Amino acid sequence: MKEAVFKIYRGDSSAGKEVLYKVPVEEGMVVLDAVHYIQRNLSPDIAVRWNCKAAKCGSCSAEVNGKPRLMCKTRLDDFNLNDEIYIRPMKSFPVIKDLVCDVSWNFEVNKKIKPFTPKENTKWIMKQRDVDRVQEFRKCIECFACQNVCHVIRDHNLKPKFAGPRFFVRIAGLEMHPLDSENRLEQLKNEYGIGFCNITKCCTEVCPEDIHITDNAIIPLKERVVDRFYDPLKMFFRKILSRR
Amino acid sequence: MSVLDRFETHTYDVLVIGAGGAGLRAAIEASACGAKVALICKSLLGKAHTVMAEGGIAAALANVDNQDNWQTHFKDTMKGGKFLNNYRMAELHAKESPERVIELEKWGALFDRTQEGKILQRAFGGHSYKRLSHVGDRTGLEMIRTLQDKGVHMGIDVYMECTVTRLFKTNGKISGAFAYWRENGRFIVFNAKAVILATGGVGKAYKITSNSWEYTADGQILAYKAGAELIDCEFVQFHPTGMIWPPGVIGLLVTEAVRGEGGLLKNNKGERFMQKYDPAKMELSTRDVVARAIYTENKEDRGSPHGGAFLDISHKGAEYIKKKLPSMYHQFKELADVDITIGPMEVGPTCHYSMGGVRVDAETALTNIPGLYACGEVAAGLHGANRLGGNSLSDLLVFGRRAGMYAAEYTRLDKEILQIKDTDINMAEKEMTGFFENKSDENPYTIHTELQELMQNNVGIFRVEGDLKHAISELKTLSVRAENVKVTGSRMYNPGWHMAYDLKNMILYSEAIAKCALQRKESRGAHSRIDFPNTDPEHGRWNSIVKMSSDENILVDKLPLSEISSELKKFFDTDPVMVKK
Repeated sequence: MKEAVFKIYRGDSSAGKEVLYKVPVEEGMVVLDAVHYIQRNLSPDIAVRWNCKAAKCGSCSAEVNGKPRLMCKTRLDDFNLNDEIYIRPMKSFPVIKDLVCDVSWNFEVNKKIKPFTPKENTKWIMKQRDVDRVQEFRKCIECFACQNVCHVIRDHNLKPKFAGPRFFVRIAGLEMHPLDSENRLEQLKNEYGIGFCNITKCCTEVCPEDIHITDNAIIPLKERVVDRFYDPLKMFFRKILSRR
Repeated sequence: MSVLDRFETHTYDVLVIGAGGAGLRAAIEASACGAKVALICKSLLGKAHTVMAEGGIAAALANVDNQDNWQTHFKDTMKGGKFLNNYRMAELHAKESPERVIELEKWGALFDRTQEGKILQRAFGGHSYKRLSHVGDRTGLEMIRTLQDKGVHMGIDVYMECTVTRLFKTNGKISGAFAYWRENGRFIVFNAKAVILATGGVGKAYKITSNSWEYTADGQILAYKAGAELIDCEFVQFHPTGMIWPPGVIGLLVTEAVRGEGGLLKNNKGERFMQKYDPAKMELSTRDVVARAIYTENKEDRGSPHGGAFLDISHKGAEYIKKKLPSMYHQFKELADVDITIGPMEVGPTCHYSMGGVRVDAETALTNIPGLYACGEVAAGLHGANRLGGNSLSDLLVFGRRAGMYAAEYTRLDKEILQIKDTDINMAEKEMTGFFENKSDENPYTIHTELQELMQNNVGIFRVEGDLKHAISELKTLSVRAENVKVTGSRMYNPGWHMAYDLKNMILYSEAIAKCALQRKESRGAHSRIDFPNTDPEHGRWNSIVKMSSDENILVDKLPLSEISSELKKFFDTDPVMVKK
């Protein structure tokens, strides 16, 4: 039987090392299957998060050979099995144990976003074409792969000042909801630091749901912020009007 | 020094265990009613099995088929459940689900639209009209995200990656719960006036299942050990269409929406075999019928190469499929190298849902223990012997809301916070730490695999007395072995330790399934006996009921069906299709 060799990070926030495991390969096997094999047969206490195993819940994110992936969707036959396959936890979040890291910061950011606020006296009639663009954002499964690769978070650790691509997607879904009446532009500019994003599209590249994060969510939001706060003509009129 | 000083402790009015659709909806309602609420979940928030629900949520909105109404939805649910359903639950469910769907929209959910801009509805098995509101094939994700985003603004305290292992009672009433943090293995004692169970099902006891690691009968057994009654445990739904190849994806769900959108089931001779089993409804027959049909086709050598059937939607065209079934398209493309816009997928039955569970009052979701409520899959009654697709999501909302509302009311009327007994806390702690001291070399995963094989082979789609008796005796052996499981490593994020505890729940509930299945000497809905292939009207008068005996054994008995109101009785007297079997 074919065999795959894994080097998996084992350890916690204080220390850790890569441990080598050999796993027999079955047809159609994914990386998560291999981790489960290790759990069942070699090391029952290896920590890994997972749920649906069908790329619908976004629990099993990790860095496989340096790339953020959903382990349940990453097939072994995409790799050259003569080489070792490296699995590490996501780098942008503190490690708890082995492949599990502390993503709780994301849930804190989410709490601060102003909720959906429908227009008054709405009749709740929406056209599919208006719903379509928002539905793209609502596909997000919160795997946080985009947060993990975003260099504003990964390299500069600007977490408190920056919400990250996941939450720009969420805000875009609210701002572009055909019946929403709330305004989140000031929050975007000040609290969520959308200006830090310099649209390198790293987030879009890793999104397992193929959401066009940069083009469809971040850039339109940036445009709205610029329109609202930095349009010279509008700034001029605002100044004139406020003087009266 | 009190025992409590050793633990992290918290006090709440209402403790909701489980954060899928039912738990979230219950927590939102309880909080809206003024209760101080904690929501506890084994995974991160928003990852519960509700995200896996694909096809839609059943509610008689009559946006597409304007003849639809709650009465028809009620009748469809009763017929699908082979009349073992709790009448009042089926009535409340049919009446209230449209309101609950509209409420989701007001909280920001974006369903697919009709031409006129209303919520679109699609056809599904066993539903007389196009009734399922949906978002492509990711309806559950839309629902859980909407509830999650609503919930985080309500001041609910969420305990993520936290497992409850025991409920506490004081003077016969619920007084709290014992839990551990998955992250560091530390224990927590919750003092609470009311507990709502919303923990889902038991699919992980079977080998081929669409359920994730979380579905280990936690709520059922927490309730049972606290003295609550379980009903209808024999009814375990096998969804007819799960993936069957390659090995790693066996059991993964293929949404019923594939058939709802026009998918055809064929055997290896190219015949649409549902012609033989249900010529009127064909592919849109109920799940129990379709699952048995696929099984039978295989027994008679007309199955697909990997032991299932072919499901083909390719005649609808690539654009339509990618729009209406996007995640199915990607799932097959990425995991099985199959392009469903070109050719058929191979599918077979997979353990999906538990109709049985904790017995509750229809109106209030209250169990027979004061202060203990249950809603969603962990509760039983609504679906009877077989659940219709789409009725689960509406169940979560209708009865989640009711559980939250009545639990909050209970805590308002009963103001006293009951003290938890020290001995109970010590015992709960010992139950969890004991695994590290065991001397055997039993691996929890090995026992789990054996349990799954046993249940799959002996208490599966088709059952027979000999197999059931064999299973019951083997479960006893597994239960003893599970007590002695040896856990290695520390308490910090240790899945082996978590499994050791979950295993005990699964084995105990499996015994309830097997014993109920042995008692029901007929075939009805999801329960098919080879030795009793017919539906017997005598058996249509009672539900199975499970209680703990004085010597802590599982006692199985018969419970007469709930009373039917005179209004509902009229349907049965006048409508020819409602003649009971």
